Amino acid sequence: MDKKRLGELFRPYLMIAPAMAGICLFVLYPIIFLGYLSLYDYNLMNKAKSKFIGFENFAEIFSRGDFYKSLSNTVIYTAGVVVLTLLLSLVIAVWLSKKSKFNVFVQAGIFTPHVVSIVSIALVWLWMMEPNLGFLNYVLKALGLPPSQWLQSSESALMSVILVSVWQGIGYYVLIIVAALQSISPSIYEAAALDNASKLKVFWKITLPMISPQLFFILVIMTIGSFKVFDTVKVMTGGGPNNATNTLVYYIFENRTTNIGYASATGVVLMMIIALLTFVYFRLLSRRVHYQ
Amino acid sequence: MASIEFVRVTKSFDKQEVIKDLDLKIEDGKFTVLVGPSGCGKTTLLRMIAGLDPQTSGSVLINGKDVSRIAPGQRGVAMVFQNYAIYPTMSVRENIEFGLKNNKVGKAERTELVESISRAVGLYDYLDRKPSTLSGGQRQRVALARAMVKKPSVFLMDEPLSNLDAKLRVQMRIELIELHKKLGTTFVYVTHDQVEAMSMADTIVLMNKGVIQQEAPPDRMYRQPSNCFTAQFIGVPPMNIAELGANGVKYGFRPESANLSAEPGDELFSLRGRIATREMLGSETIYQVRSGSGAFMIKCREDLFAVDQEAYVGVPADKLNFFGPDERRIEARDSSYRDYLEALRGQRHG
Ligand SMILES: Nc1ncnc2c1ncn2[C@@H]1O[C@H](COP(=O)(O)OP(=O)(O)O)[C@@H](O)[C@H]1O
Ligand SMILES: [Mg+2]
Repeated sequence: MDKKRLGELFRPYLMIAPAMAGICLFVLYPIIFLGYLSLYDYNLMNKAKSKFIGFENFAEIFSRGDFYKSLSNTVIYTAGVVVLTLLLSLVIAVWLSKKSKFNVFVQAGIFTPHVVSIVSIALVWLWMMEPNLGFLNYVLKALGLPPSQWLQSSESALMSVILVSVWQGIGYYVLIIVAALQSISPSIYEAAALDNASKLKVFWKITLPMISPQLFFILVIMTIGSFKVFDTVKVMTGGGPNNATNTLVYYIFENRTTNIGYASATGVVLMMIIALLTFVYFRLLSRRVHYQ
Repeated sequence: MASIEFVRVTKSFDKQEVIKDLDLKIEDGKFTVLVGPSGCGKTTLLRMIAGLDPQTSGSVLINGKDVSRIAPGQRGVAMVFQNYAIYPTMSVRENIEFGLKNNKVGKAERTELVESISRAVGLYDYLDRKPSTLSGGQRQRVALARAMVKKPSVFLMDEPLSNLDAKLRVQMRIELIELHKKLGTTFVYVTHDQVEAMSMADTIVLMNKGVIQQEAPPDRMYRQPSNCFTAQFIGVPPMNIAELGANGVKYGFRPESANLSAEPGDELFSLRGRIATREMLGSETIYQVRSGSGAFMIKCREDLFAVDQEAYVGVPADKLNFFGPDERRIEARDSSYRDYLEALRGQRHG
């Protein structure tokens, strides 16, 4: 009898044990180890020479100009990608939300870049953005517009990286928003028509609030994702020219061999920033998001 | 205040005609109920009045004016949807206010209207709640208040009570009748439930497969059904209809028009049969009587018979209905009416 009770008590824990083991091994342990490393002047060659230095790594982070440069790059990149993607995917989704064969075709087309590896995409764009022979400048010239230096100038490099990221991600978000739009009951729009609502009013007062949970989800997911951008930067610019596209994760990557303790500390800072942002989003926007 | 008129209206969906050449006049200030089996085109008709799904051809007139080119929001109609179609992201107050805001009604007037209407339908304490926190009945009232607050000249309702439980439905039925009395505006009410139609309507419009079967006040619809379909759609249990056995003519009588007795009576129509089933409903009992010419449902005040007992069904002459081979009613003034009565008398006890 007692044995049976005990079994029942432990069974749920037993059931989730494999998943928990995975989480501990692949999520909790790395995070704890990251925190541990960030407190050391760690020597990768000779572990014995590693030294506990407390918060010195953090003090160094906040005193170095290149950290602030990559932080501001990351913030600009994130803001650019999030705002552009949200606006564009919303516009495209509203345009595609009517179910028709043509729209399904267009939607599939927009979604395709999402299936392709970002490395391939970055390489293709790298080629198109070549200032002298690239396709983009060819088009600009053909239209009589001044050509751009794209990735080669510190002025336009970050903008170019943003452009590629938006282009790659937009199809996925269009898909989410289209699904959200199509789930709105048509009778609500009919009620609005009978209430003499203008098109603009219907969009602001009905459509937008109805899809706000999905928009909020996209906002959070994209902010987190964009803060961690790495692959596009690595392939297209390597952080250059002149650190113009150096982002936080790339900055960590650059410091990985020379100063792993410092890189870890930067990782901890990045984690804090993302946690803080997410928290702020939830606090500020939760009243504007209408979960039904 | 407004009358509604359909003139040779046809409506098709994807080349399939749902309603064809329909003519109908709905009187100003009346409570008109569109009733018919599911899929017969009631909702389609209602949506054409609202302008949500305009007719394919023909014209719809409101107050004598062709509204084919007028947007739904400017026709002066309000609609209560079957699923209520409340804006889920707005509070009750915003739901009710939305139409007023779009019509540029001033803030002070708006607030007053919303408060008086919400008080009238019992939603005053819920004005700042979200619809998701309301019960089915309360949501129904939000939909109603949203329609009322615009002071429309036509109220359209599409099965507004079908999502409520039986008790609430009966209560709302009475409230709607009272509301109509108070407002005096034109109500067009769609239902598939003939009891609802009978209890609420000034005029019933009975439809089947996109065709109007009969247009009459409830009592006439019940007593003088213009064809077999009407006779069998209205009334529980429906009218008993059987072949007369001559020229494809049918005769029929209401379950409560027949007398059931142990001895043959002296009514014009009399028939011997056996009680097949008995349903005791409290105030009345419904028997199914089987005989050579078919099965008949008989409704009695008293509960005198048992299953398998033999009994005589008697129907007086003035309670009998006759329908021609085209299923249309044969009126008493018709010359052949007497012959059919005599033919039926000849079949006594058959
Ligand atoms: N949007 C639509 N597309 C195609 N067919 C429709 C549409 N709306 C209604 N119908 C068809 O029209 C007929 C009448 O429908 P409806 O007016 O909704 O019937 P009800 O009397 O039950 O309200 C049905 O056969 C239905 O299948
Ligand atoms: Mg319907």
